[in-house]
Amino acid sequence: MSEIPHYLREGFITVEELRQVIELPSEERLRRRPVAIPECPQEIPCTPCKEICPTNAVLMENPNAIPIVDYEKCIGCSLCVQICPGLAFFMVHYVGDKARVTMPHELLPVPKVGEEVVLLNRVGEEVGKGKVITVVPREKSKGDTPIITVEMPIELAWDVRAVRVVRE
Amino acid sequence: MRLTEHPVLDFQKKRGRKITIYFEGQPVEAYEGETIVMALHAAGIRVLGYSVHKHRPRGLFCAIGKCSSCLMTVNGIPNVRTCITLVEEGMDIRMQQEKPILPKNAKPPEWREAEKVSGDIVIIGGGPAGLMAAINAADAGAKVILLDENPMLGGQLVKQTHKFFGKREQFAGVRGIKIAEILEEEVRKRENIEIFLETSAIMLLQDGDEKLVVGVRKNKELVEFRGKAVIVATGAMEKMIPFEGNDLPGVYGAGAIQTLMNTYGVKPGDRVLIVGAGNVGLILAYQLIQAGVEVRAIVEAMPKIGGYFVHAAKVRRLGVPILTRHTILRAEGKEKVERAVVAQIDERWRPIPGTEKVFDVDVIALAVGLRPSIELLHQVGCQIKYVPELGGHVVIRDSRMETTIRGIFVAGDSAGIEEATTAMLEGKIAGIAAALEISSASPEWLKEIEKAQKELDEFRAGPFGRKVLEGIKKVVVE
Repeated sequence: MSEIPHYLREGFITVEELRQVIELPSEERLRRRPVAIPECPQEIPCTPCKEICPTNAVLMENPNAIPIVDYEKCIGCSLCVQICPGLAFFMVHYVGDKARVTMPHELLPVPKVGEEVVLLNRVGEEVGKGKVITVVPREKSKGDTPIITVEMPIELAWDVRAVRVVRE
Repeated sequence: MRLTEHPVLDFQKKRGRKITIYFEGQPVEAYEGETIVMALHAAGIRVLGYSVHKHRPRGLFCAIGKCSSCLMTVNGIPNVRTCITLVEEGMDIRMQQEKPILPKNAKPPEWREAEKVSGDIVIIGGGPAGLMAAINAADAGAKVILLDENPMLGGQLVKQTHKFFGKREQFAGVRGIKIAEILEEEVRKRENIEIFLETSAIMLLQDGDEKLVVGVRKNKELVEFRGKAVIVATGAMEKMIPFEGNDLPGVYGAGAIQTLMNTYGVKPGDRVLIVGAGNVGLILAYQLIQAGVEVRAIVEAMPKIGGYFVHAAKVRRLGVPILTRHTILRAEGKEKVERAVVAQIDERWRPIPGTEKVFDVDVIALAVGLRPSIELLHQVGCQIKYVPELGGHVVIRDSRMETTIRGIFVAGDSAGIEEATTAMLEGKIAGIAAALEISSASPEWLKEIEKAQKELDEFRAGPFGRKVLEGIKKVVVE
């Protein structure tokens, strides 16, 4: 039993587990500009993130390899977040005492810029509220998936991976 | 019960003209282009008939013409597969009585009247494997006949709203529904491909050097298809598992739920329990949420999630629990599913008393695997082997997808359960190999076969391909 990783028993990965799979970017890097984070710990035959990256920052030895991002090469363009079929790429950016997390949002309604949304962690629990900073609509997304950037308290940057839009 | 808004699909554009059909004499609203059961489901009708002996209610299960749970009497004709038969204005739909009788004035078509259609290669099945086989065989110079029992091309791609994995040249990052559109367009623009929809292949025979496929179009016309080679790309059918109440209306195969909500825009229910955390179960959960349906839980008997982790993460972060080492004990309800009872299981797969949980759901989705549809291959006499790694009984074949009968090829899930990406590559190989065999293709096409074989190897090279490769070792002979 113990050889089954927690994330395969539960269906979500903890930050500690993620850290064992990929190195996380330094605080300095997170402050410089947005950086892509793959949460894709399994060897699956899939390469769109690598193929779409304009700076070859996504490293993959073979089509089944786990994507590793070279954070120095990553320019924070978000194309990987848009194309990833597993919706497993995110971008994180530290700005002052806030964090901005970019994530796919394939649900209705798509929030508007400036709208307040409920922040959800990796198991769907509400952990706070955030503000939508940018929206790339489906028509402009390279992967037919709308992506949103949400500003939140900096301590939530590594927990929040989805949002709920609540409207009257 | 019809979906109007959806993050990925636009049903307003897709729906045809509004018409009226009659269920047990009562008018039901329907839209041209949808099948009978879809219209009934949208109107809240779940019970399609009653079993003969115990009079138990019967409902939809597979929704793609593979099982027989939706048989009804339509305009007096019994045993119509209402899941693949399109609605028509004024149709009279009835639940079947015991031993349905064909009306006296309905004459079965006579054999000698059968329409005859000839080509080089007959392809049975218009899914990803069949479409790719048709495109490649046609480009390699063959005259192709393509038939499918469903009213639309695309096979199961037409309900795959998620983006595909793989390489971008193999459509990775593109939604299945879009791939269906692209492939259909490619097929339709080729003049040497003749398409027959709503046409079931009911028999595959050797007739001298020729192959004969007997088809039935729209449930009433016999058609004889003849070719020098046949490619069987008939896909797969949903597996069932035993539990109390598994025959209640509301217990659906996962694919049926996708057909309801993604192909026809009909909400399958309000609250769903999914059995099986393989890719199909996980993807289904996400698609249900997209359609505005609540997913109460996913139960999985194995101690771990079988599908891709990323699919699991997608539904977990939207609050769906995944209960590993759990199984469904029973479905409860009078005329249809009202509750599901699940329990934890021990190392020997026995339910642990006291761990029962009750979920108030109106739909139970079974995503417990698929088995290849090999009936036609079986009947014509291809050598068959039981290979659990490939989903059940499969035919022996060579690396170019040719079975033990010369000129009969197989591709896609009917050759072993895998993915649409591998189905497309196998279809390409089978299409070209068939064209080479009947001498319509030039030897340069061999390179294309080798390229596709290499891509297959690459796709199967990771840990997820291991099981399939074990299976393939058992069925591929040279």
